[in-house]
Amino acid sequence: MSTSTEISAPAGREPTAEVPPPAPRPRPGRRTDRVAYLFLLPWFTGLLLLTAAPLLGSLYLSFTKFNLLQSPHWNGFGNYVKMFTDDPRYLQSLKVTFIYVALTVPLQLGFALAVAVMLNRPMRGMALYRSIYYIPSLLGGSVAIAVIWGQLFDDDGVLNAFLAFFGVGGRSWISNPDTALYTLVLLNIWQFGSPMVIFLAGLKQIPQELYDAASVDGANAWRRFWSVTVPLLTPIIFFNVVLQIIQAFQAFTPAYVVSGGSGGPSDSTLFYTLYLYQQGFTNLNMGYASAMAWVLLLIIAIFTLINFGLARRWVYYEDR
Amino acid sequence: MTTLQHAPEARRRTRRWLTHLALIAGTLVMVYPLLWMVGGSFKDESDIFSQLNPFPSSLNLRSYIAGWTATDPTFTRFYINSMLIAVLAVAGNVIACTLTAYAFARLEFRGKKVFFAIMLGSIMLPAHALLIPQYVLFFHLGWVNTYLPLVVPKFLATDAFFIFLMVQFIRTIPRTLDEAAMIDGCGKVRIFSRIILPLTGPVLITTMIFTFIWTYNDFFSQLIYLSYPSSETVPVALRRFVDATGDSSYGQLLAMSVLSLVPTFIVFLLAQRRIVEGIATTGLKG
Repeated sequence: MSTSTEISAPAGREPTAEVPPPAPRPRPGRRTDRVAYLFLLPWFTGLLLLTAAPLLGSLYLSFTKFNLLQSPHWNGFGNYVKMFTDDPRYLQSLKVTFIYVALTVPLQLGFALAVAVMLNRPMRGMALYRSIYYIPSLLGGSVAIAVIWGQLFDDDGVLNAFLAFFGVGGRSWISNPDTALYTLVLLNIWQFGSPMVIFLAGLKQIPQELYDAASVDGANAWRRFWSVTVPLLTPIIFFNVVLQIIQAFQAFTPAYVVSGGSGGPSDSTLFYTLYLYQQGFTNLNMGYASAMAWVLLLIIAIFTLINFGLARRWVYYEDR
Repeated sequence: MTTLQHAPEARRRTRRWLTHLALIAGTLVMVYPLLWMVGGSFKDESDIFSQLNPFPSSLNLRSYIAGWTATDPTFTRFYINSMLIAVLAVAGNVIACTLTAYAFARLEFRGKKVFFAIMLGSIMLPAHALLIPQYVLFFHLGWVNTYLPLVVPKFLATDAFFIFLMVQFIRTIPRTLDEAAMIDGCGKVRIFSRIILPLTGPVLITTMIFTFIWTYNDFFSQLIYLSYPSSETVPVALRRFVDATGDSSYGQLLAMSVLSLVPTFIVFLLAQRRIVEGIATTGLKG
């Protein structure tokens, strides 16, 4: 920090006594670049108008009835009470979302890790495999893929054509409330590419000597995976878990597109954000939607905190 | 003795083959939905569902031509909208995030630590918590059904993730360069424009790539803010296409779906290495 030359000048020869400094010079160590505020102007504006104010605004609106056209009408805890006591669809959306998160996060990360381990060896075509496995996660969030997914699992879709090959008659997986959600879980698992790439980068950091030493000690591949790979990869597994949980709670596009915006059949794909959208923008219950948003914020915050709390027990950092 | 020495080699070779076999099988599963979509877009309507084979017997472009003009306005309009929004968003993120990142990485100001923590925290903040008030704001500004709600926030550095990415990058640029420039009489602004900015190339490209892909695919915001047909983007139009055509023209639907993925795919082909690196080092969602 002490780059300025005046600090090293002998104290007795400071000329400040005779000549008043041209501008109040900030004390060394607490230097202030006033031009910084100029650089930060866009960000400050955005923070104030598009982040801080809306965050507080939605908290306020969550205690009101508000339909965009008339001014908000104070409703106390009415929205929150209604959500948990008088709105089966809300509870359904919670249930659907929790099932989705609980299935999709471990399965997707499991696939990602398994494939990453397979790809993490000097091997011809490795880069090509990596690209191919990665592409779905780049395209998967799009409307187009959701549209295709709906077709693949429809009654005359490819899956049933495939099953018919084995003499199994299937009905539409999309319009069956028992299976619709699982097609969306599958869609998300299909997009395991980006955690896989993160795992691959982590695997490359594990020194080969550790594997060699484990081999010398007689550890087989399975044992090496659990005793070397997994412990050293825990920081990255942790990172992926945190990220994927946050993202899975906010999933929207596939459910919206596959169900035509309804969350059907029988609300079986009524994701939390989809119901929030319906309440806020279809029914114009914007106070209610704000309350839902705040509950979502709390859920995600709690899960993230739990993750960080548990991390101490299982995440291994080498430098500790 | 020789058999003992050859045995591990043979086993290793078998295992390598098994790995390839598994990976190829996986590839087929991963790629099949995409192949089916692309193949189906070239098939005759009646062949799309009856055949498991994704490859069309001939390249029939009818679905593409009919699909492109099936809506009013045509997809030309939707692509113009999507591209304009994406390009403006890229410009906004590049300009606003570099300015902010430079301040955080190199300048001293009061409350820096607190603001930095707030900036990091805002990365984790779910967009839904801000959604309704933002909508109300843009509604009262008369911005609904314009590009502005999708573009202006980028010029105000709301994509904090990229700020973080750039701060990390700028910190790796040796400070001696700044100091040398300072001795030559450069102020903070000149150091930014002459020293830092030219050196941030790689992270700027990463920002551009991901801003483009994310903005182009950001269905939720576009769905909320763009509801006039003439202001719709490709994803929103594609979504409406499903309703409008219903069961009647799957070929066209597939063709338009394929086309809607082309911009993302082109970016991937051009910048594959950078995308993979970006995800690997930062955990960007692809």
